[in-house]
Amino acid sequence: MVPEATFTSYSGLPVVKASPWKADIPAYMFFGGMAAGSSLLAAGGDLTGRPALRRAGRFTALIGLSATMATLVHDLGRPGRFLNMLRTAKLTSPMSVGTWILSTYGPIAGVAAAAELVDMLPERRVPALFRLVSAVGRPAGFVAALTAPPVAAYTAVLLSDTATPSWHEAYRELPFVFVGSAAAAAGGVGMLAVPPDQAGPARRMAVGGAVLELVAEQRMESSMGITAEPLHQGKAGRWMRASKALTITGALGSLLGGRSRPVAAVSGAALVAGSVCTRFGIFEAGQQSARDPKYTVVPQRERLDRGEPTRYRG
Amino acid sequence: MIGKTSLFGPVNPARDAGYDDPPARKGFFTDTSICIGCKACEVACKEWNEVPDNGFDMLGMSYDNTGSLNANSWRHVAFVEQPARPTAPPVDLGMPTLLHDGVADDGQQTTVAGEDRPDFRWLMSSDVCKHCTHAACLDVCPTGSLFRTEFGTVVVQDDICNGCGYCVPACPYGVIERRERPEAAKNVGIAQKCTLCYDRLGAGMTPACAQACPTQSIQFGDVDELRERAKQRVEALQAGGVTDARLYGADPEDGVGGAGAFFLLLDEPEVYGLPPDPVVTTRDLPHMYQRAVVAAGALLLGAVLSFLERRS
Repeated sequence: MVPEATFTSYSGLPVVKASPWKADIPAYMFFGGMAAGSSLLAAGGDLTGRPALRRAGRFTALIGLSATMATLVHDLGRPGRFLNMLRTAKLTSPMSVGTWILSTYGPIAGVAAAAELVDMLPERRVPALFRLVSAVGRPAGFVAALTAPPVAAYTAVLLSDTATPSWHEAYRELPFVFVGSAAAAAGGVGMLAVPPDQAGPARRMAVGGAVLELVAEQRMESSMGITAEPLHQGKAGRWMRASKALTITGALGSLLGGRSRPVAAVSGAALVAGSVCTRFGIFEAGQQSARDPKYTVVPQRERLDRGEPTRYRG
Repeated sequence: MIGKTSLFGPVNPARDAGYDDPPARKGFFTDTSICIGCKACEVACKEWNEVPDNGFDMLGMSYDNTGSLNANSWRHVAFVEQPARPTAPPVDLGMPTLLHDGVADDGQQTTVAGEDRPDFRWLMSSDVCKHCTHAACLDVCPTGSLFRTEFGTVVVQDDICNGCGYCVPACPYGVIERRERPEAAKNVGIAQKCTLCYDRLGAGMTPACAQACPTQSIQFGDVDELRERAKQRVEALQAGGVTDARLYGADPEDGVGGAGAFFLLLDEPEVYGLPPDPVVTTRDLPHMYQRAVVAAGALLLGAVLSFLERRS
């Protein structure tokens, strides 16, 4: 009988360890991306006189932001020590860099959303502090938009900077998949929450994001070698197939029927769901690749057999 | 302190971490050719470091019921049962033999026909944290809990780690892990691994595993000297006909800048559960950041473009 495996392992056990992360982390990545894209839409809505887009964007950013904080803290082995993240700043740790990116973006986006709330209060009952918040709402919204893109992009580095085969090998294209996914999600929320006459930019961002995500994902898979396999297998495969179907459906719906409120709402929801599926799919693919020694051993063994062991060359 | 080889390449890790005049780098040379699989290292490590049990499972993997390095196993003896492979003609070392005429007590033929050698070989190897020159776990730790000691080793500070778990997937060897059990154990929720007995080192003592090893399969000392000793040992074995003997992790120009704990193996690394060509993930980090910056720029540009159409 021909042996099925073409590589050797120790009793079939994994070589690297899968991350201890649970659903918190892909959820965190989705919420962060949605918040970032929404801050961009909000600032644009503010600049171009689309108040409904601005308001929806700022509130969505606040919701996303709160969810990222909740998932991030919940995921820790010692949630009470969350603040230890802030005792140092380390460029070699994407998680440290990300914490500081979020710590910059978060309060500013929070102020922009708070200003939106204050402006909804009845005029004469507003205390002085609230009036201050309202006054800085506009600049805060713009600064939030400028600090938002790193929030959407860094999570790709967070996953790739590991020995998890399907995350590391994806590092060239994963940031583009993730910002595309973020734009699709934020655009989708915009289409859901904003009347179509003000939602034009949300539709365009949604479609652009969906196209970027789909194209980057294809390129990513072709550059990953065998570590692309888990993207098509098991749980990860199901997430990725759902992601593709939802993202394509949502993008087509936005393109063809985005000016109709019901079509826009359904398409927007599909894009949001597609973004969730992308994050869970990529996350699961990595976990699966770490649990199977094949994806660690085979690429390394192939390097050695080609006579190209990893070596420092000045 | 931050130099060209801070992320990849040969470097003195303690000096690179900012120690002005560090003591000699300390490490292990584990010579698996003389490991007898007694697991004294596992026991001594647990005793000294108060490492809790990892459950009491029978794994059905030869004599290995530890399974892997993990939060509760900082030394792990691997047992590999193999059919013997043809090698160069053995040199008679004048050692007493286990078998007589190739016939065991039960009368079964247990040697390869025509050769006074068993048809079976048993590899044993005590694995441990590699204390990499470029340690991915340390690089990615967001709190600074993982740090480089003056001895060039890598240690977790229990009171700082917040259990983010990033070091776990970062390690190319699958060594470090967040402790999840037993529930009442200390440091649950926190990343755990070999400290190369930092406390003993500070007192001028030998790490517990090396101290307990009855065959000197685990040798502790200055990394420079251990590398020299390992080279001589592998040459002696090769000359003696053990052509499978090779060093693993002893090369300062390899993917992790050389390991502080390295090995003499008798087969390919993956046979022992070790990655054949490990690379510190942070070697590629500058490139990753570059790609992410371009992607972030694309998102910003895309957002601007989304608004660049006439109002509907």
